[in-house]
Amino acid sequence: MNVLALEFPPIDHLTRWPDLGGGLNKVALVYLFAMAATLALFLIAGSKKQMVPRGIQNIAESSVDFVRNSIIMQTIGPDGLGYLPLLATMFFFIFFSNITEIIPGVQFPANARFGIPVVLALLVWAIYWIVGFIKQGPVHYLKNATVPPGVPKAILPLVAFIELLQILIVRPFSQAVRLFANMLAGHLILVTFSVLCAALWVVQWYVVILPFSFALLVFLTAFEILVSFLQAFIFTILTAVYIGSSLHPDH
Amino acid sequence: MSALQLLAEQDPGELVQGLTAVGRGIVYGGAAIGPGIGIGLVVGNAITAMARQPESAGVVRTTMFLGIAFTEALALFGFVLAFIISG
Repeated sequence: MNVLALEFPPIDHLTRWPDLGGGLNKVALVYLFAMAATLALFLIAGSKKQMVPRGIQNIAESSVDFVRNSIIMQTIGPDGLGYLPLLATMFFFIFFSNITEIIPGVQFPANARFGIPVVLALLVWAIYWIVGFIKQGPVHYLKNATVPPGVPKAILPLVAFIELLQILIVRPFSQAVRLFANMLAGHLILVTFSVLCAALWVVQWYVVILPFSFALLVFLTAFEILVSFLQAFIFTILTAVYIGSSLHPDH
Repeated sequence: MSALQLLAEQDPGELVQGLTAVGRGIVYGGAAIGPGIGIGLVVGNAITAMARQPESAGVVRTTMFLGIAFTEALALFGFVLAFIISG
């Protein structure tokens, strides 16, 4: 592409990755890193338990506290505390695979590929169906999920159909697309401004744009840290909401 | 030279490419209008609620993020659709 006499790499370069052999590429490596980092964080934090937490133990304890108080207690309630390990692991796995977006040398959020977000969303889908079937029984779960209370008889079939579609398709699809599209959008914006900065590094009159472009790049990098955290938080909190709706039906 | 003549003289491949780019822009721009208004409403009302009752800020903040997540999904569908469209 050639805009304003600046050379941009074609968009295909962003969506294809070279294979490093054995099915490994950069995306898979980032996921392995995210898994190892999540494991290491909690293993190191749990290896030396101290009354007064310091260092890594402090980080792990305050983040478990965060998942417990601002995700589970706000959405499911006290009887959802059994899901704390699942939600905390999910939060950290997504956060670590997002935060590689701004780590120099890697600079790629692994969740900007559709594969693992889909797997995570399908996992959540399976969990809330199984929890609903076990806690409420198949018939009660389907009835409570598809027939909202206080709906007039005339439009009940339509509402029930939409609600059924919601728990079957819309929930996992929107959850996966939300994570994937947010990370891809952030990555594209950072790439655009980095390429723009590199292309403007010339002795021409339009070099005056460079400081603005660079300042925006720095600002957006800080913004992407926030987005990485927020997307992990939103994915986890939606998981908690879905599990909560399977545990307690609306009356 | 009229605009129609100009169009007729274009290379069809280039025309399709250009129109695809315009279409992508329109799709994403259109998809961003509703969620933009919606997120504004969600956050604005959440701030009002927090200002009126600061002690309920925790619950309001959680619910606000949920509302943002649901509203934002529509804009993101538009974003993905803009990528799917190919000339």
